[in-house]
Amino acid sequence: MDIISAENIDFYYGDFHALKGISMGIEENSVTALIGPSGCGKSTFLRLMNRMNDLIDNTRMTGNLIIDGQNIYDKKVDVDSLRTKVGMVFQKPNPFPKSIFENVAYGLRVAGEKDRYVLEEVVENSLKSAALWDEVKDQLKKSAFELSGGQQQRLCIARALAIKPKIILMDEPASALDPLSTSKIEDLIFTLRNDYTIVIVTHNMQQASRISDKTAFFYLGELIEYGETRQMFLKPRLEATQNYITGRFG
Amino acid sequence: MTGKQKKQALVFWTFRMMALIVVGLLAWILVFIFIKGAGVISWEFLTTAPTEGMTEGGIFPAIVGTLCLVVGSMVIAFPIGVMSGIYINEYAANNLFVKFIRIMTNNLASIPSIVFGLFGMALFVNTLGFGDSIIAGSFTLGLLVLPIVIRTTEESLKAIPNSFRNGSRALGATKLQTINKVVLPMAVPNILTGLIISIGRVSGETAPILFTVAAYFLPKLPSSIFDQVMALPYHLYVLSTSGTDIEAARPMAYGTALVLIIIVLIINILASTIRNVFNKKVK
Ligand SMILES: Nc1ncnc2c1ncn2[C@@H]1O[C@H](COP(=O)(O)OP(=O)(O)OP(=O)(O)O)[C@@H](O)[C@H]1O
Ligand SMILES: [Mg+2]
Repeated sequence: MDIISAENIDFYYGDFHALKGISMGIEENSVTALIGPSGCGKSTFLRLMNRMNDLIDNTRMTGNLIIDGQNIYDKKVDVDSLRTKVGMVFQKPNPFPKSIFENVAYGLRVAGEKDRYVLEEVVENSLKSAALWDEVKDQLKKSAFELSGGQQQRLCIARALAIKPKIILMDEPASALDPLSTSKIEDLIFTLRNDYTIVIVTHNMQQASRISDKTAFFYLGELIEYGETRQMFLKPRLEATQNYITGRFG
Repeated sequence: MTGKQKKQALVFWTFRMMALIVVGLLAWILVFIFIKGAGVISWEFLTTAPTEGMTEGGIFPAIVGTLCLVVGSMVIAFPIGVMSGIYINEYAANNLFVKFIRIMTNNLASIPSIVFGLFGMALFVNTLGFGDSIIAGSFTLGLLVLPIVIRTTEESLKAIPNSFRNGSRALGATKLQTINKVVLPMAVPNILTGLIISIGRVSGETAPILFTVAAYFLPKLPSSIFDQVMALPYHLYVLSTSGTDIEAARPMAYGTALVLIIIVLIINILASTIRNVFNKKVK
């Protein structure tokens, strides 16, 4: 059973047709990489899954997007609670101007959790899962802005983990980071795959091949090829995919 | 020096002279007021009412009156202005209605303050029946600074990158929670700047209070918001133009001016301290 299933999705920014007839299924507890040249609609597709596109004026979608058995564009859906099930990590680390502790606790606090012990436990566990605990455990009160870029991004991952989502969307989470921080994030994604379904946008082909189970290649708003990552990188079915992966266009 | 360098130097020195002239004039005003006014400042001046046809005694009722008007007008303008600013920047789509609100607030900002005074008299004093009172004066002054508060609120919210809002919404926070817990705390320092500017403006305005609250001579302190009060700027005007003995009242006038300046300065320092504390918390 696919945990995410897109059925014939079209998406428009005003008159601009950004996604064209996208259909794909994503398995539970897998890592799926979305690749393709700039402007092909990867971020747009990612933002559909937690309805962040709702926040952009003048957009329109047709088709069905089923997540965990629920059509998430149904009128009855509570978008805020959908977003606690489908977490997101952005391209640029965007911690809040609060302490490390409060950043991780934020999602729980807005959900109404007040119990100090619960908060402390979740913060600790989330920071551990995000491989940041050892670096910050003595300075939880420190402002998140004092962390390095790579640490900030892992904090944002911890923040997303704290609300216990089933799915985590990541939009080029390592593109603003140095190689060491990048490999830390990749290791992290590798361990998170056991408990979460991860959909990640990346421009880095090695990264896609290292961390993902399946890869989807987008081009000009269309899903060109989608399959097992190993298969895609060894022997893509289409020439366009082959050309993109080997860097001959894009 | 080459011709090019000479030209550069000339421009630099011209600009520098202009800046110096401005600073000089400002310092001159301050020193002038200080020298003329410092002599009459005493504990008695600050804590008693005027006597002997306002040539003796102090300005206590006017100080109290001005403070009442500052507080009153801020209580009115600040919540309304901040809420409007939040609505315009966070809630309203960029449609005709919002454009209309913007144009109206800009127009409101350019209306001469004496017109506000007239309007305040018609609406608050007469139509609503408040009479000449603190509440009528506060409403009038509040309206006067409303555009400042709205505009600074709007600008401070606009300065906050959307990535913070998106980060919060993506964690399941509602729009209201996002505004309360992320956006507003970041905007507070700049919103407070609007408050400081408004307070400075309110404490110095004469025209809007002329027909709505200011008393010519009223040694008694107000006992409710429906009472009239004396106010520093108007008292200054009275002392300089229409006392029984203008020459004898002259030092009192400079003393009043000095107190007014010092009050505004103290409020500014207080407000920027608060702002810095907030700024530190945010960073
Ligand atoms: N807010 C928006 N308003 C209008 N058009 C948009 C908006 N966001 C994206 N687009 C357009 O939609 C198309 C897809 O954009 P999207 O951001 O999804 O691309 P992407 O594949 O993520 O590119 P990149 O790799 O550069 O991040 C682009 O042509 C872009 O110009
Ligand atoms: Mg993108």
